[in-house]
Amino acid sequence: MNNNKNWIDQRFPLTKVWNEHLAEYYTPRNFNFWYFFGSLAILVLVMQIVTGIFLTMHFKADEANAFASVEYIMRDVDWGWLIRYMHSTGASAFFIVIYLHMYRALLYGSYKTPRELIWIIGMVLYIVLMAEAFMGYVLPWGQMSYWGAQVIISLFGSVPFIGPDLLIWILGDYVVGDPALNRFFSLHVIALPLILVILVFLHIVALHTVGSNNPDGIEIKKNKDKKGIPKDGIPFHPYYSVKDIVGVVVFLMIFSAVVFFSPTLNGYFLENANFVEANPLKTPDHIAPLWYLTPFYSVLRAIPPMFGSQFPGVMGMFSSLLILLALPWLDRSKVKSIRYRSYPYKIALGIFVVSFIYLGYLGMQPVTPTNVFLARVFTVAYFGFFILMPWFTSIGKTKTEPKRITG
Amino acid sequence: MSEQAIDLKKRRFITSATSVVGAVGVGFVAWPFLSTWMPSARAKSASAPVDINISKLENGQLVRVLWRKKPVWVFKRDKTTIANLNTMNSMLSDPNSDETSQQPTYAKNAYRSINPNIAVIIGICTHLGCSPTYRPEIGAADLGGDLWKGGFYCPCHGSKFDLAGRVFSGVPAPTNLIIPPYHFVSDSLIRIGIGPKAS
Repeated sequence: MNNNKNWIDQRFPLTKVWNEHLAEYYTPRNFNFWYFFGSLAILVLVMQIVTGIFLTMHFKADEANAFASVEYIMRDVDWGWLIRYMHSTGASAFFIVIYLHMYRALLYGSYKTPRELIWIIGMVLYIVLMAEAFMGYVLPWGQMSYWGAQVIISLFGSVPFIGPDLLIWILGDYVVGDPALNRFFSLHVIALPLILVILVFLHIVALHTVGSNNPDGIEIKKNKDKKGIPKDGIPFHPYYSVKDIVGVVVFLMIFSAVVFFSPTLNGYFLENANFVEANPLKTPDHIAPLWYLTPFYSVLRAIPPMFGSQFPGVMGMFSSLLILLALPWLDRSKVKSIRYRSYPYKIALGIFVVSFIYLGYLGMQPVTPTNVFLARVFTVAYFGFFILMPWFTSIGKTKTEPKRITG
Repeated sequence: MSEQAIDLKKRRFITSATSVVGAVGVGFVAWPFLSTWMPSARAKSASAPVDINISKLENGQLVRVLWRKKPVWVFKRDKTTIANLNTMNSMLSDPNSDETSQQPTYAKNAYRSINPNIAVIIGICTHLGCSPTYRPEIGAADLGGDLWKGGFYCPCHGSKFDLAGRVFSGVPAPTNLIIPPYHFVSDSLIRIGIGPKAS
């Protein structure tokens, strides 16, 4: 055994990598509930790739056959329904996990120095994931796939000057049809997953360079013992690998309950209209994107057209996403963790969370004057959180951070 | 060689020259790949005109046909509807169809059609491409009550259009619905895709 290990280690840094990233990778000893979601995100990614590979074996990326091939997977392929529902539930699960993962970063200031790049790589991951999910939703070629694609791709048509040509270039046709379906399939199955995996790798490399933040928001590397090991650190393996397994088990219990008992989750994970084949003649009476895109969709709908163009709304929607990239530089607070933050920050974070959730809710609702008004109020609150952040993070009294981790 | 001092300036020039030539090469190779996304020759040629027979069309009835894979509405307007169209102007963004890209010149009139009785409109919202719903009933409570004289309502983002496809002001859609080129082959046959011979 040892000989084999030596043989490999002389040719590949197996032991070195194992130690550096697992057995001797020191992580703060006070990780709580919020620290489950990074490893869960990797689990879901792997699950999506495996189920995706098997779905690709039966799916036909063709305007005339796509819908029928998904029904074929559901009815005629042995266990096909399970793999399909795992994949569709996995998409929503991915976003639940990612949103909680991002909220953790907000709670404990994990995006602050020296972890800006981890945050930025993570945000790019999140945006690529949205594109991946959107293209995946188009593939079954149901009514929602078709009209959702129509709406989202039309956004690019509103870009001044180049819009109409850009639209035709993306569609490969003058309408949403076979060429769009085919290229979305290619992007969904190869290009974007590849980018996702590379970004996850970079995300982890950056994380392991600076080390994890923790619920106290203090750097464990500042307090090392004689051997150079952080006094408040414990090796990731076995301590956190074992803890994460508990998270995995609980997650899989909830996940399986959805897959087996309510795979559409009343239209939240798979919309009812998507069980009807795409019909270019008729838009469903009510169309909305899947829940994880609705906050941004609400922002789009809240901004009225200006100068005879829809572009300001589109800009608003994209900037509501991109503004998150600036977070590390907007936050001027001296402390990281919510435990030691000032009241103004706690209140602002509360308002932000309520705005984000309510925008998400409004994005699923039909357009009424009241809803438009509310969407505008919450859009202002959403952007206000970022624009006013340099101010409200520099006022108010913060508590003193402890020297060592508190438990 | 070892006796000569390293000429850093020269080295930098060679590095940047190589990078620039390389970048140009990447650009040239990228072009064919990006071009594959343009509509193919087959997609470009699939734009044949479509005929529709309207002899059995009732007043208020709307039929949908696909032209260039887009829904085209053909519907018949009665006298009340036509009269109502003239009372709408104050609520519309572009009542006189001044935006020339939205209709052929022979449809730039109050009814946006060749024959006031027969409307031919591309049923794609000018906002983000949904197909609005036909709501001909006058006074629909959910669409503004007494002010609603019949029209189209887009379920996606709430844009409203009148029965000539003219957009209401204050809704997300920026312009009137598009009128396709078409002409009457005979009293009962419309050909969508080709304008009248005179134009």
